[in-house]
Amino acid sequence: MGDETLDLTTLEDAELVEQMHDDLYDGMRDEIVAGTEILLSRGWSAQRVLGDALVEGMRIVGVDFRDGILFVPEVLLAANAMKAGMALLRPLLAETGAPSIGKVVIGTVKGDIHDIGKNLVGMMLEGAGFEVVDIGINNDVQAYLDALDEHQPDILGMSALLTTTMPYMKVVIDELAQRGLRERYIVLVGGAPLNEEFGRAVGADAYCRDAAVTAETAQQLVRARRELKAAS
Amino acid sequence: MSSKPPAELHSDDDERPGGVLVLACGALARELKAVVDANQLTGLRMEYLPAGLHNTPQLIPAAVEDRLAAVGARYDQVFVGYGDCGTGGRLDDVLERYGAQRLPGAHCYEFFAGPETFARLHDAEPGTFYLTDFLLRQFDRLVWRGLGLDRWPHLRDDYFGNYTRLCYLSQFPTPRLLAEAQDAADRLGLRLEHVPVGTGVVGPILVSLGMPTPVGPR
Repeated sequence: MGDETLDLTTLEDAELVEQMHDDLYDGMRDEIVAGTEILLSRGWSAQRVLGDALVEGMRIVGVDFRDGILFVPEVLLAANAMKAGMALLRPLLAETGAPSIGKVVIGTVKGDIHDIGKNLVGMMLEGAGFEVVDIGINNDVQAYLDALDEHQPDILGMSALLTTTMPYMKVVIDELAQRGLRERYIVLVGGAPLNEEFGRAVGADAYCRDAAVTAETAQQLVRARRELKAAS
Repeated sequence: MSSKPPAELHSDDDERPGGVLVLACGALARELKAVVDANQLTGLRMEYLPAGLHNTPQLIPAAVEDRLAAVGARYDQVFVGYGDCGTGGRLDDVLERYGAQRLPGAHCYEFFAGPETFARLHDAEPGTFYLTDFLLRQFDRLVWRGLGLDRWPHLRDDYFGNYTRLCYLSQFPTPRLLAEAQDAADRLGLRLEHVPVGTGVVGPILVSLGMPTPVGPR
Protein backbone atom coordinates (compact mmCIF):
# COMPACT_ATOMS: atom_id res chain seq x y z
CA MET A 1 0.00 0.00 0.00
CA GLY A 2 3.03 2.29 0.38
CA ASP A 3 2.32 5.71 1.82
CA GLU A 4 -1.01 6.01 0.11
CA THR A 5 -3.94 6.62 2.40
CA LEU A 6 -6.72 4.14 1.89
CA ASP A 7 -10.23 5.57 1.86
CA LEU A 8 -12.15 2.92 3.80
CA THR A 9 -15.47 4.21 2.53
CA THR A 10 -14.57 3.08 -1.00
CA LEU A 11 -14.33 -0.57 0.03
CA GLU A 12 -17.09 -3.12 -0.36
CA ASP A 13 -18.28 -4.66 2.90
CA ALA A 14 -16.22 -7.84 2.56
CA GLU A 15 -13.09 -5.88 1.61
CA LEU A 16 -13.64 -3.49 4.47
CA VAL A 17 -13.95 -6.31 6.98
CA GLU A 18 -10.76 -7.84 5.63
CA GLN A 19 -9.06 -4.46 5.85
CA MET A 20 -10.23 -4.15 9.46
CA HIS A 21 -8.65 -7.50 10.23
CA ASP A 22 -5.39 -6.10 8.84
CA ASP A 23 -5.80 -2.82 10.72
CA LEU A 24 -6.50 -4.65 13.95
CA TYR A 25 -3.42 -6.77 13.34
CA ASP A 26 -1.43 -3.56 12.91
CA GLY A 27 -2.99 -1.97 15.99
CA MET A 28 -4.49 0.92 14.01
CA ARG A 29 -6.99 2.28 16.47
CA ASP A 30 -8.34 5.18 14.42
CA GLU A 31 -8.89 2.96 11.39
CA ILE A 32 -10.80 0.44 13.49
CA VAL A 33 -13.04 3.18 14.81
CA ALA A 34 -13.60 4.45 11.26
CA GLY A 35 -14.30 0.96 9.91
CA THR A 36 -16.75 0.26 12.71
CA GLU A 37 -18.62 3.50 12.01
CA ILE A 38 -18.77 2.78 8.29
CA LEU A 39 -20.19 -0.72 8.75
CA LEU A 40 -22.78 0.59 11.20
CA SER A 41 -23.73 3.33 8.76
CA ARG A 42 -24.29 0.65 6.13
CA GLY A 43 -26.85 -1.01 8.32
CA TRP A 44 -24.73 -3.70 9.90
CA SER A 45 -25.86 -4.73 13.37
CA ALA A 46 -23.48 -4.05 16.23
CA GLN A 47 -23.39 -7.81 16.87
CA ARG A 48 -22.29 -8.52 13.31
CA VAL A 49 -19.59 -5.84 13.33
CA LEU A 50 -18.31 -7.18 16.61
CA GLY A 51 -18.22 -10.79 15.50
CA ASP A 52 -17.13 -10.53 11.88
CA ALA A 53 -14.73 -7.60 12.08
CA LEU A 54 -13.38 -7.29 15.61
CA VAL A 55 -13.55 -10.74 17.20
CA GLU A 56 -12.41 -12.50 14.05
CA GLY A 57 -9.56 -9.99 13.64
CA MET A 58 -8.49 -10.51 17.22
CA ARG A 59 -8.66 -14.27 16.77
CA ILE A 60 -6.12 -13.97 13.96
CA VAL A 61 -3.91 -11.84 16.21
CA GLY A 62 -4.17 -14.51 18.91
CA VAL A 63 -3.13 -17.27 16.54
CA ASP A 64 -0.04 -15.37 15.43
CA PHE A 65 0.82 -14.52 19.02
CA ARG A 66 0.59 -18.21 19.91
CA ASP A 67 2.85 -19.06 16.96
CA GLY A 68 5.48 -16.51 17.95
CA ILE A 69 4.86 -14.22 14.99
CA LEU A 70 3.43 -11.40 17.08
CA PHE A 71 4.63 -10.36 20.53
CA VAL A 72 3.02 -8.75 23.52
CA PRO A 73 3.35 -5.11 22.38
CA GLU A 74 1.65 -5.86 19.08
CA VAL A 75 -1.13 -7.75 20.85
CA LEU A 76 -1.61 -4.83 23.22
CA LEU A 77 -1.90 -2.43 20.31
CA ALA A 78 -4.45 -4.70 18.65
CA ALA A 79 -6.37 -5.03 21.90
CA ASN A 80 -6.46 -1.27 22.32
CA ALA A 81 -7.77 -0.90 18.78
CA MET A 82 -10.45 -3.50 19.45
CA LYS A 83 -11.33 -1.75 22.70
CA ALA A 84 -11.90 1.48 20.77
CA GLY A 85 -14.23 -0.30 18.35
CA MET A 86 -16.09 -1.99 21.19
CA ALA A 87 -16.60 1.36 22.91
CA LEU A 88 -18.75 2.33 19.92
CA LEU A 89 -20.60 -0.97 19.83
CA ARG A 90 -21.28 -1.56 23.51
CA PRO A 91 -24.10 0.99 23.88
CA LEU A 92 -25.71 -0.30 20.70
CA LEU A 93 -25.51 -3.88 21.91
CA ALA A 94 -27.14 -2.83 25.17
CA GLU A 95 -29.90 -1.02 23.27
CA THR A 96 -30.74 -4.05 21.18
CA GLY A 97 -31.07 -6.11 24.34
CA ALA A 98 -29.52 -9.15 22.70
CA PRO A 99 -29.65 -11.94 25.27
CA SER A 100 -26.30 -12.78 26.81
CA ILE A 101 -25.23 -16.37 26.33
CA GLY A 102 -23.94 -16.48 29.87
CA LYS A 103 -22.29 -14.52 32.62
CA VAL A 104 -18.65 -14.65 33.62
CA VAL A 105 -16.85 -13.33 36.67
CA ILE A 106 -13.14 -12.90 36.00
CA GLY A 107 -10.20 -11.60 37.99
CA THR A 108 -6.52 -12.18 38.68
CA VAL A 109 -5.66 -14.09 41.84
CA LYS A 110 -4.28 -12.77 45.09
CA GLY A 111 -0.78 -11.37 44.75
CA ASP A 112 -1.04 -10.98 40.98
CA ILE A 113 -1.56 -7.60 39.40
CA HIS A 114 -0.93 -8.63 35.80
CA ASP A 115 -4.12 -8.07 33.89
CA ILE A 116 -3.18 -7.77 30.23
CA GLY A 117 -4.29 -11.33 29.53
CA LYS A 118 -7.37 -11.07 31.70
CA ASN A 119 -8.48 -7.89 29.94
CA LEU A 120 -8.05 -9.53 26.58
CA VAL A 121 -10.05 -12.54 27.72
CA GLY A 122 -12.78 -10.23 28.98
CA MET A 123 -13.03 -8.57 25.58
CA MET A 124 -13.15 -11.84 23.69
CA LEU A 125 -15.80 -13.23 26.03
CA GLU A 126 -17.82 -10.08 25.59
CA GLY A 127 -17.36 -10.38 21.86
CA ALA A 128 -18.66 -13.94 22.04
CA GLY A 129 -21.83 -12.71 23.72
CA PHE A 130 -21.08 -13.18 27.40
CA GLU A 131 -21.85 -10.68 30.10
CA VAL A 132 -18.49 -10.10 31.77
CA VAL A 133 -18.06 -8.97 35.35
CA ASP A 134 -14.42 -8.03 35.75
CA ILE A 135 -13.46 -7.92 39.42
CA GLY A 136 -9.95 -6.70 38.65
CA ILE A 137 -6.64 -7.72 40.17
CA ASN A 138 -5.24 -9.25 43.33
CA ASN A 139 -8.41 -11.07 44.43
CA ASP A 140 -8.45 -13.17 47.56
CA VAL A 141 -10.92 -15.98 48.17
CA GLN A 142 -13.43 -13.69 49.80
CA ALA A 143 -13.42 -11.31 46.84
CA TYR A 144 -14.22 -14.21 44.49
CA LEU A 145 -16.92 -15.55 46.81
CA ASP A 146 -18.53 -12.14 47.16
CA ALA A 147 -18.54 -11.63 43.38
CA LEU A 148 -20.00 -15.09 42.76
CA ASP A 149 -22.69 -14.49 45.34
CA GLU A 150 -23.57 -11.07 43.97
CA HIS A 151 -23.51 -11.86 40.25
CA GLN A 152 -24.43 -15.55 40.15
CA PRO A 153 -22.41 -16.22 36.97
CA ASP A 154 -22.18 -19.38 34.90
CA ILE A 155 -18.41 -19.17 34.84
CA LEU A 156 -15.61 -18.17 37.17
CA GLY A 157 -12.38 -17.23 35.36
CA MET A 158 -9.10 -16.85 37.21
CA SER A 159 -5.79 -15.74 35.76
CA ALA A 160 -2.20 -15.47 36.97
CA LEU A 161 1.09 -14.57 35.36
CA LEU A 162 3.38 -15.59 38.17
CA THR A 163 4.37 -19.11 39.15
CA THR A 164 4.28 -17.87 42.73
CA THR A 165 0.64 -16.79 42.53
CA MET A 166 -0.93 -19.44 40.30
CA PRO A 167 -1.25 -22.00 43.15
CA TYR A 168 -3.80 -19.65 44.72
CA MET A 169 -6.31 -20.87 42.14
CA LYS A 170 -6.45 -24.13 44.04
CA VAL A 171 -7.13 -22.26 47.26
CA VAL A 172 -10.18 -20.66 45.65
CA ILE A 173 -11.43 -23.88 44.07
CA ASP A 174 -10.95 -25.84 47.29
CA GLU A 175 -12.89 -23.21 49.19
CA LEU A 176 -15.72 -23.45 46.67
CA ALA A 177 -15.75 -27.21 47.11
CA GLN A 178 -15.72 -26.94 50.87
CA ARG A 179 -18.73 -24.66 50.75
CA GLY A 180 -20.56 -26.98 48.38
CA LEU A 181 -20.44 -24.38 45.59
CA ARG A 182 -17.95 -25.95 43.21
CA GLU A 183 -20.49 -27.64 40.95
CA ARG A 184 -22.50 -24.48 40.62
CA TYR A 185 -19.87 -22.81 38.44
CA ILE A 186 -17.73 -23.65 35.45
CA VAL A 187 -14.19 -22.75 36.50
CA LEU A 188 -11.71 -21.69 33.81
CA VAL A 189 -8.07 -20.86 34.52
CA GLY A 190 -5.43 -19.24 32.38
CA GLY A 191 -2.13 -17.40 32.36
CA ALA A 192 1.28 -17.70 30.74
CA PRO A 193 2.91 -20.23 33.10
CA LEU A 194 -0.14 -22.52 33.35
CA ASN A 195 -0.84 -25.63 31.34
CA GLU A 196 -3.52 -28.28 31.04
CA GLU A 197 -1.94 -30.45 33.68
CA PHE A 198 -2.01 -27.58 36.15
CA GLY A 199 -5.65 -26.88 35.31
CA ARG A 200 -6.52 -30.49 36.09
CA ALA A 201 -4.40 -30.52 39.24
CA VAL A 202 -6.17 -27.53 40.76
CA GLY A 203 -9.60 -28.90 39.87
CA ALA A 204 -10.60 -26.42 37.16
CA ASP A 205 -13.02 -27.42 34.41
CA ALA A 206 -10.56 -26.24 31.79
CA TYR A 207 -7.26 -24.51 31.24
CA CYS A 208 -7.49 -21.95 28.44
CA ARG A 209 -4.26 -21.12 26.65
CA ASP A 210 -5.38 -17.83 25.15
CA ALA A 211 -8.28 -15.42 24.89
CA ALA A 212 -9.84 -16.92 21.78
CA VAL A 213 -9.65 -20.42 23.23
CA THR A 214 -11.24 -19.12 26.42
CA ALA A 215 -14.20 -17.74 24.47
CA GLU A 216 -14.61 -21.02 22.55
CA THR A 217 -14.27 -23.13 25.69
CA ALA A 218 -16.70 -20.96 27.61
CA GLN A 219 -19.32 -21.31 24.88
CA GLN A 220 -18.86 -25.08 24.66
CA LEU A 221 -19.02 -25.66 28.40
CA VAL A 222 -22.03 -23.41 28.97
CA ARG A 223 -23.85 -25.12 26.10
CA ALA A 224 -22.96 -28.57 27.41
CA ARG A 225 -24.08 -27.69 30.91
CA ARG A 226 -27.41 -26.35 29.66
CA GLU A 227 -28.00 -29.43 27.54
CA LEU A 228 -27.24 -31.62 30.52
CA LYS A 229 -29.64 -29.64 32.66
CA ALA A 230 -32.35 -29.80 29.99
CA ALA A 231 -31.91 -33.55 29.67
CA SER A 232 -32.12 -34.21 33.40
CA MET B 1 7.38 -24.01 18.11
CA SER B 2 10.28 -24.04 15.73
CA SER B 3 11.89 -20.76 16.73
CA LYS B 4 14.33 -22.02 19.28
CA PRO B 5 17.05 -19.54 20.13
CA PRO B 6 20.44 -20.24 18.67
CA ALA B 7 22.75 -22.03 21.06
CA GLU B 8 25.34 -19.37 21.77
CA LEU B 9 27.54 -21.75 23.64
CA HIS B 10 31.14 -22.37 23.11
CA SER B 11 31.66 -26.03 22.66
CA ASP B 12 34.95 -27.63 23.36
CA ASP B 13 35.75 -31.03 22.05
CA ASP B 14 37.00 -32.60 25.22
CA GLU B 15 35.61 -36.10 25.11
CA ARG B 16 34.70 -36.28 28.75
CA PRO B 17 36.20 -33.65 31.00
CA GLY B 18 34.10 -34.84 33.96
CA GLY B 19 33.57 -32.62 36.98
CA VAL B 20 30.69 -30.20 37.32
CA LEU B 21 29.09 -28.17 34.56
CA VAL B 22 27.07 -25.15 35.60
CA LEU B 23 24.70 -24.27 32.75
CA ALA B 24 23.22 -20.91 33.60
CA CYS B 25 21.20 -17.98 32.37
CA GLY B 26 23.41 -15.34 30.82
CA ALA B 27 21.75 -12.82 33.10
CA LEU B 28 23.69 -14.37 35.98
CA ALA B 29 27.09 -14.46 34.30
CA ARG B 30 28.65 -11.51 36.09
CA GLU B 31 27.41 -12.59 39.50
CA LEU B 32 28.41 -16.22 39.05
CA LYS B 33 31.84 -15.21 37.84
CA ALA B 34 32.27 -13.03 40.93
CA VAL B 35 31.47 -16.00 43.17
CA VAL B 36 33.71 -18.35 41.18
CA ASP B 37 36.62 -15.90 41.24
CA ALA B 38 36.25 -15.00 44.90
CA ASN B 39 36.22 -18.64 45.92
CA GLN B 40 38.67 -19.89 43.30
CA LEU B 41 36.21 -22.50 42.11
CA THR B 42 38.46 -23.52 39.27
CA GLY B 43 36.89 -26.97 38.95
CA LEU B 44 33.54 -25.65 37.77
CA ARG B 45 32.88 -25.42 34.05
CA MET B 46 30.60 -22.43 33.48
CA GLU B 47 28.41 -22.08 30.41
CA TYR B 48 25.66 -19.61 29.69
CA LEU B 49 22.52 -19.48 27.61
CA PRO B 50 21.39 -16.18 26.06
CA ALA B 51 20.09 -13.75 28.67
CA GLY B 52 17.41 -12.63 26.22
CA LEU B 53 15.50 -15.80 27.11
CA HIS B 54 14.38 -13.84 30.17
CA ASN B 55 11.74 -12.26 27.93
CA THR B 56 10.64 -15.56 26.37
CA PRO B 57 10.42 -18.06 29.22
CA GLN B 58 8.51 -20.51 27.05
CA LEU B 59 11.75 -21.09 25.14
CA ILE B 60 13.92 -21.78 28.19
CA PRO B 61 13.14 -25.50 28.66
CA ALA B 62 14.02 -26.38 25.07
CA ALA B 63 17.18 -24.26 25.14
CA VAL B 64 18.36 -25.96 28.33
CA GLU B 65 17.40 -29.39 27.02
CA ASP B 66 19.32 -28.85 23.78
CA ARG B 67 22.48 -28.11 25.73
CA LEU B 68 21.98 -30.91 28.25
CA ALA B 69 21.51 -33.36 25.41
CA ALA B 70 24.64 -32.09 23.68
CA VAL B 71 27.07 -31.99 26.58
CA GLY B 72 25.42 -33.22 29.77
CA ALA B 73 26.82 -36.73 29.59
CA ARG B 74 30.37 -35.44 29.46
CA TYR B 75 30.18 -34.27 33.06
CA ASP B 76 29.80 -36.05 36.36
CA GLN B 77 27.19 -33.51 37.40
CA VAL B 78 25.26 -30.73 35.71
CA PHE B 79 23.77 -27.91 37.70
CA VAL B 80 21.40 -25.50 36.02
CA GLY B 81 21.58 -21.85 36.96
CA TYR B 82 17.93 -21.01 36.47
CA GLY B 83 14.92 -20.74 38.74
CA ASP B 84 11.58 -21.85 37.41
CA CYS B 85 11.77 -18.54 35.52
CA GLY B 86 8.17 -18.49 34.37
CA THR B 87 8.30 -21.92 32.77
CA GLY B 88 5.51 -23.23 34.98
CA GLY B 89 7.37 -26.42 35.87
CA ARG B 90 8.38 -27.26 32.30
CA LEU B 91 12.04 -26.64 33.07
CA ASP B 92 11.79 -29.02 36.01
CA ASP B 93 10.39 -31.69 33.69
CA VAL B 94 13.52 -31.35 31.53
CA LEU B 95 15.86 -31.42 34.50
CA GLU B 96 14.20 -34.54 35.85
CA ARG B 97 14.85 -36.33 32.57
CA TYR B 98 18.54 -35.42 32.72
CA GLY B 99 19.01 -35.83 36.46
CA ALA B 100 20.06 -32.21 36.83
CA GLN B 101 19.23 -29.77 39.59
CA ARG B 102 18.60 -26.05 39.49
CA LEU B 103 18.68 -23.03 41.75
CA PRO B 104 15.81 -22.93 44.24
CA GLY B 105 12.91 -20.57 43.82
CA ALA B 106 10.74 -19.11 41.13
CA HIS B 107 13.21 -16.67 39.58
CA CYS B 108 16.41 -14.72 40.11
CA TYR B 109 14.65 -12.17 42.30
CA GLU B 110 13.82 -14.94 44.73
CA PHE B 111 17.15 -16.73 44.81
CA PHE B 112 19.05 -13.47 45.08
CA ALA B 113 16.81 -11.98 47.78
CA GLY B 114 16.10 -15.26 49.55
CA PRO B 115 12.58 -16.70 49.76
CA GLU B 116 11.59 -14.98 53.00
CA THR B 117 12.73 -11.53 51.92
CA PHE B 118 11.18 -11.90 48.50
CA ALA B 119 7.86 -13.11 49.95
CA ARG B 120 7.84 -10.20 52.38
CA LEU B 121 8.51 -7.70 49.60
CA HIS B 122 5.88 -9.18 47.31
CA ASP B 123 3.21 -9.54 49.99
CA ALA B 124 3.77 -5.96 51.13
CA GLU B 125 3.28 -4.58 47.65
CA PRO B 126 2.22 -6.99 44.86
CA GLY B 127 2.54 -4.20 42.34
CA THR B 128 6.32 -4.29 42.47
CA PHE B 129 8.55 -4.48 39.43
CA TYR B 130 11.92 -6.03 40.29
CA LEU B 131 15.29 -5.36 38.71
CA THR B 132 18.66 -6.93 39.44
CA ASP B 133 22.06 -5.52 38.51
CA PHE B 134 21.88 -7.32 35.19
CA LEU B 135 18.37 -6.21 34.36
CA LEU B 136 19.27 -2.66 35.27
CA ARG B 137 22.29 -2.73 32.98
CA GLN B 138 20.11 -4.19 30.25
CA PHE B 139 17.05 -2.09 31.05
CA ASP B 140 16.92 -0.42 27.65
CA ARG B 141 17.31 -3.64 25.70
CA LEU B 142 15.26 -6.08 27.74
CA VAL B 143 12.65 -3.89 29.36
CA TRP B 144 12.20 -0.68 27.40
CA ARG B 145 12.78 -2.01 23.88
CA GLY B 146 11.75 -5.55 24.86
CA LEU B 147 8.29 -4.30 25.70
CA GLY B 148 8.17 -2.07 22.66
CA LEU B 149 8.15 1.12 24.71
CA ASP B 150 10.72 2.74 22.43
CA ARG B 151 8.22 2.50 19.58
CA TRP B 152 4.96 2.78 21.51
CA PRO B 153 5.62 4.71 24.73
CA HIS B 154 1.87 5.09 25.24
CA LEU B 155 1.74 1.38 26.14
CA ARG B 156 3.62 2.11 29.37
CA ASP B 157 0.48 2.27 31.46
CA ASP B 158 -0.92 -0.88 29.87
CA TYR B 159 2.11 -2.68 31.23
CA PHE B 160 2.80 -0.80 34.41
CA GLY B 161 -0.50 0.82 35.34
CA ASN B 162 -1.00 -1.61 38.22
CA TYR B 163 2.55 -1.26 39.49
CA THR B 164 3.49 1.20 42.20
CA ARG B 165 7.10 0.40 43.03
CA LEU B 166 10.34 -0.48 41.31
CA CYS B 167 12.45 -2.58 43.65
CA TYR B 168 16.13 -2.71 42.79
CA LEU B 169 17.44 -5.95 44.29
CA SER B 170 21.12 -5.13 44.00
CA GLN B 171 24.03 -7.54 43.87
CA PHE B 172 26.98 -5.16 43.63
CA PRO B 173 25.45 -1.66 43.66
CA THR B 174 27.43 1.33 42.46
CA PRO B 175 26.48 5.01 42.36
CA ARG B 176 26.01 4.63 38.62
CA LEU B 177 23.64 1.67 38.98
CA LEU B 178 21.69 3.50 41.66
CA ALA B 179 21.32 6.48 39.34
CA GLU B 180 20.19 4.15 36.55
CA ALA B 181 17.67 2.58 38.92
CA GLN B 182 16.21 6.00 39.67
CA ASP B 183 16.09 6.77 35.97
CA ALA B 184 14.33 3.46 35.24
CA ALA B 185 11.80 4.15 38.00
CA ASP B 186 11.15 7.63 36.64
CA ARG B 187 10.65 6.33 33.12
CA LEU B 188 8.19 3.71 34.33
CA GLY B 189 6.43 6.15 36.64
CA LEU B 190 7.22 4.10 39.74
CA ARG B 191 8.63 4.76 43.19
CA LEU B 192 12.14 3.39 43.65
CA GLU B 193 13.17 1.24 46.54
CA HIS B 194 16.68 -0.14 46.79
CA VAL B 195 17.10 -3.44 48.62
CA PRO B 196 20.72 -4.68 48.70
CA VAL B 197 20.52 -8.48 48.62
CA GLY B 198 23.85 -9.59 47.17
CA THR B 199 23.98 -12.96 45.46
CA GLY B 200 21.79 -14.75 48.00
CA VAL B 201 21.86 -18.52 47.88
CA VAL B 202 23.83 -18.56 44.63
CA GLY B 203 27.19 -18.18 46.37
CA PRO B 204 26.86 -21.04 48.86
CA ILE B 205 25.44 -23.37 46.21
CA LEU B 206 28.27 -22.69 43.76
CA VAL B 207 30.83 -23.10 46.51
CA SER B 208 29.35 -26.45 47.50
CA LEU B 209 29.39 -27.57 43.87
CA GLY B 210 32.96 -26.45 43.42
CA MET B 211 34.40 -28.07 46.49
CA PRO B 212 36.63 -31.00 45.67
CA THR B 213 35.23 -34.36 46.64
CA PRO B 214 36.92 -35.43 49.86
CA VAL B 215 39.21 -38.37 49.42
CA GLY B 216 38.98 -40.84 52.30
CA PRO B 217 41.69 -43.18 53.54
CA ARG B 218 42.14 -46.28 51.47
